[in-house]
Amino acid sequence: MHRFANPAQFNRLADVILPWAIGAMVLLFGAGLYYAFWASPPDYQQGESVRVMYIHVPAAWLAMFTYMVTAAASFTALVWRHPLALLAGKAAAPAGAVFTALALLTGMLWGKPMWGTFWVWDGRLTSVLVLFFLYLGYMALWQAIDDEEKAGRAASILALVGVVNIPIIKFSVDWWSTLHQPASVIRLDGPTIDGSMLTPLLLMAGAYQAYFVVVFLWRMKLEINRRKLSVARQAMMHAPVGAE
Amino acid sequence: MNQSNTPSHASIFTAIVRRDVSLAWSQGGGSLLALGFFLIAVSLFPFGVGPAPQVLARIAPGVIWVVALLAAVISLDRLYQADFEDGSLDDLMVSPLGTLGIVTAKVLAHWLSTTLPLALLAPALAVLVNLPDGAYGTLFISLIIGTPALSLIGSVGAALTVAVRRGGVLMLLLILPLYVPTLIFGVGAVDAVISLTDPMPHLALLGATTLVATVVGLLASAAALKLAME
Amino acid sequence: MMDPLTIPGDVKFSSSVRVSGSALACRRGGRQVFENLNFAVQAGDFVRLSGKNGSGKSTFLRCLAGFLPFQNGEFSYCHGDDVHRALNPDDFLLSGHQNGLKPNFTLRENAKFFAKLMTGTAPRADTLGHAASVFGLGALLNEPVQYFSSGQRHRAALMRFALVSRQVWLMDEPTVGLDAENRAVLAQLIVAHKARGGIIIAATHDPMDVPGDTLDMDAFQTRNSVVDEDWL
Repeated sequence: MHRFANPAQFNRLADVILPWAIGAMVLLFGAGLYYAFWASPPDYQQGESVRVMYIHVPAAWLAMFTYMVTAAASFTALVWRHPLALLAGKAAAPAGAVFTALALLTGMLWGKPMWGTFWVWDGRLTSVLVLFFLYLGYMALWQAIDDEEKAGRAASILALVGVVNIPIIKFSVDWWSTLHQPASVIRLDGPTIDGSMLTPLLLMAGAYQAYFVVVFLWRMKLEINRRKLSVARQAMMHAPVGAE
Repeated sequence: MNQSNTPSHASIFTAIVRRDVSLAWSQGGGSLLALGFFLIAVSLFPFGVGPAPQVLARIAPGVIWVVALLAAVISLDRLYQADFEDGSLDDLMVSPLGTLGIVTAKVLAHWLSTTLPLALLAPALAVLVNLPDGAYGTLFISLIIGTPALSLIGSVGAALTVAVRRGGVLMLLLILPLYVPTLIFGVGAVDAVISLTDPMPHLALLGATTLVATVVGLLASAAALKLAME
Repeated sequence: MMDPLTIPGDVKFSSSVRVSGSALACRRGGRQVFENLNFAVQAGDFVRLSGKNGSGKSTFLRCLAGFLPFQNGEFSYCHGDDVHRALNPDDFLLSGHQNGLKPNFTLRENAKFFAKLMTGTAPRADTLGHAASVFGLGALLNEPVQYFSSGQRHRAALMRFALVSRQVWLMDEPTVGLDAENRAVLAQLIVAHKARGGIIIAATHDPMDVPGDTLDMDAFQTRNSVVDEDWL
């Protein structure tokens, strides 16, 4: 056991943060969805379809953010052998896969009326699809190896290899001239997006972020309890007869 | 030190490369299998899409690249697993050469014995799918530049799944997504020549992909192998 | 059969070499395999690892070979005043449960590759011939290993100890599948290695006919064999 890892302390911290995170999530989703669907104007080009963007864009952001969380956890787990970091990657990855799938699906739904097709094989879409496969591979590797710690470290190596995909996703729209529009919010010269659209976008991004925190902490607690259970089982099996 | 001289790493490296190449081409080795798959799978396409020369010419670069990639993959799951099962991976890992050297030697041997022959065979198979005349040189060059990446990236998947029972399918899931850039730039270069534009940017990016794969692939494979041997 | 005592090109090993560990522990698959293991061997020592199945004999050997880290305790490998934290790969040989032979290759090809892998140079013809003859494999040198019986394969794997000269031998179940005659040869080989100043650590259930110490792995089992108590 790593001397800085303390599952009990983590559980206590999670219990403190969780109610606030849940509260923030509910409020932000409420406000965000209100702005996204009622309190913002339709786009002069895209019409009402623009509202899909308020679901789509934060999902894509969080897909990459979650991957970076998984990769950072993997790095920590490999270098410092931190057992909680191993579980952190495992807890984050499914959320990331869901964000990625959501980004892909909403993108397709928006693409049909806007581009006339559900899917184009451009750099952005392809690299996000690869991201989705990386999440699947990471989770599959966790499942495939019996020894939990070895499974986690193998998956961590894969997660770190996959980091090369993140800059490809980010810059794909600049490197390849594609149908997908270039970045409009996170730019060096400031956002090129109107304030009436930026508000719901940022609110939704905050809501997704809060959702991630909630899911992540819940899954961490779950994984810690699962580990506790298996340790307790082992303790029972290997205890000398008659002891305790 | 008891030995009069410390072991020469270069000659250990050469010995591993020679052994692996010879194993790959001996009975039960994967190279002939991969080449046979390449030949048969490419010749299936005219049956699938019809023998119209224009259609075949249009898809020729992609067909050659995708099938070459799959042929490389089917030989990869034995890259470390064969040595793992018979115990020689233990011996390799305690060699004075070190894990990174072992991985480099084995990947180089895989490229020499399996993926490079695929590149050499490709122009001959391109005739079957009616590749336009001017594109043979670029197809060959793109495969020469790109195939090392196939061995390097594949090595990571093979090392990660070495101790997994029936890990072949899992290995596919892990490495095929990582092959996407190599495939895009490789096919892109050939398509560029066919559409009379400059293939150099594609080849440069393909080369960059192979360089990144060299660094990341070797380090990750070595880490994964060490982990598997614990 | 040749006398194992006379290995061509043989050397005398440094007598100042010492391998020791104190309070060593190893964890594997979430289980504490052994803990609080203390041992010390020096040039010329033979140590037999005993203990029931699952007591961590193989794991201990794999830790010594550097496959697994010791989670606790201090391991040292001393050359006089030179102290290392791990065995130098140039100084030890390991034989495991599997024989590490390629069935398509002849015994000669397998042996040559092993020697090159460990030393970078091909073995001298007389060294190779001698190593094969130690375990009565001289006539099989040019036969592909796929035609060998399992006993022959095991002896072919043990051939490495006569083929490559290294001070420390780590042997996992070296006597499995050996008949009485070949066990005697193995014992002779080990005795000769001791005389050269070699160090042999062998995990085996058999009482081997070699003077030396026994390290009982059963003594290093944890009482309740549980790790990760912090999780509870």
